[in-house]
Amino acid sequence: MNPVNPMLPEVFKIRRSAQNTEDVFTLELERKNGGGAGFPFKPGQFNMLYVFGVGEVPISISGDPTRPHSLVHTTRAVGTVTRTLCQLKPGDEMGVRGPFGTSWPVEEAEGNDIVIVTGGIGLAPLRPALYQMFARRERYGKIYLLYGARSPGDLLYMDEVGLWQHQYRIETRVTVDAARRDWKGNVGVVTHLVGKISIDPVHTMAFICGPEIMMRFTRVELTRIGVSPDRTFISMERNMKCAVGFCGHCQYGPHFICKDGPVFRFDRIQNIFGRREI
Amino acid sequence: MEIDTLDRVLSQHPFFQSLDEGYRKLIVGCASNVVFQAGEIIFREGESADHFYIIRHGRVALEMHNGGKGPIIVETLGEGDVLGWSWLVPPYHWRFDAHAVELTRAIALDGQCLRKKCYEDHSLGYELLMRIVNLIAERLHATRMQLMDVYGNVKH
Repeated sequence: MNPVNPMLPEVFKIRRSAQNTEDVFTLELERKNGGGAGFPFKPGQFNMLYVFGVGEVPISISGDPTRPHSLVHTTRAVGTVTRTLCQLKPGDEMGVRGPFGTSWPVEEAEGNDIVIVTGGIGLAPLRPALYQMFARRERYGKIYLLYGARSPGDLLYMDEVGLWQHQYRIETRVTVDAARRDWKGNVGVVTHLVGKISIDPVHTMAFICGPEIMMRFTRVELTRIGVSPDRTFISMERNMKCAVGFCGHCQYGPHFICKDGPVFRFDRIQNIFGRREI
Repeated sequence: MEIDTLDRVLSQHPFFQSLDEGYRKLIVGCASNVVFQAGEIIFREGESADHFYIIRHGRVALEMHNGGKGPIIVETLGEGDVLGWSWLVPPYHWRFDAHAVELTRAIALDGQCLRKKCYEDHSLGYELLMRIVNLIAERLHATRMQLMDVYGNVKH
């Protein structure tokens, strides 16, 4: 983050861009003027990406925090700004402010089994947490990745997911909402997979990222298998604008998602989570 | 498979968890062991629903056909799941196709046999019905979530 003015974007160049699925793409960025220190960040944090003349959007960082020379964002092209972002080519310039927000408690989770439940684009903000765990794989027990998407064509990073299973002993369960017959994996909701894993709930930490309704019912399933709210962390999404807790756009009860979140320990927000009025 | 082995398998299956032993022994009288090879059709939509299945290992896909668009897999079931409740609901016809995605081992329960036992012993019927209702409620909830297309994103 710019230590003088966090509202001032820094100019970055597109190093690489790649289409992940029909509407999801990944941008790899580098500082326009170089920058030896790279872009240090913690897993779960986000940046404000500014397309000059179009607008600014909050996007989670999806790269490897142990290799901060590369700044990676994966996002879906759904609105004016993100559609423009996905059309940028290598060498094009854009603004970046960040990193902002809280992070997944990857270090505090050492010594535990880990359950990661995610849906759709929600895998992107969790990928840095996985990378960081892989760097010290021996410090964790079982790691489960339960991942749901709309269809097989909407699954992200599947080449990597296959690699993680073997290289880092990750128990991966992938499911989609519907599929053609050539799909040999699971079909159904991701929450259904929670009850099928084998963990010690007292020594387990759960990280959840996805649509709120998915996270809500994932918590129901985690309760069934004995994982308590204070061992569950979720990443919330709201319409963040300033990213530093000034504007109030992302107010969530007594919290600002941009600075108190996006990653929350669940017991700290469970009284307001899922409430219609908030 | 021996009767006592079937009884042991059923006793360990989540669907029959904490079911009275006497009831379980009654149910075992309607049970048989089955194996489906990968790709094998288990039942087709419209056929008589004579059985339901307690899946021990493997994976089963439930499909619906949508005219010329071909089959769509709407759900898969695996170890610990129960396949089918049409045996309990008149006119006892399957509403989906089901095929084994991989080698699948299951216990088949004869629907007609079970209906007869439930009719003779309403307490057994109530026990089974409550378990099936729970199953249907969970599947209905899952179906609603699938219909909501929850993986859409906010617009930026």
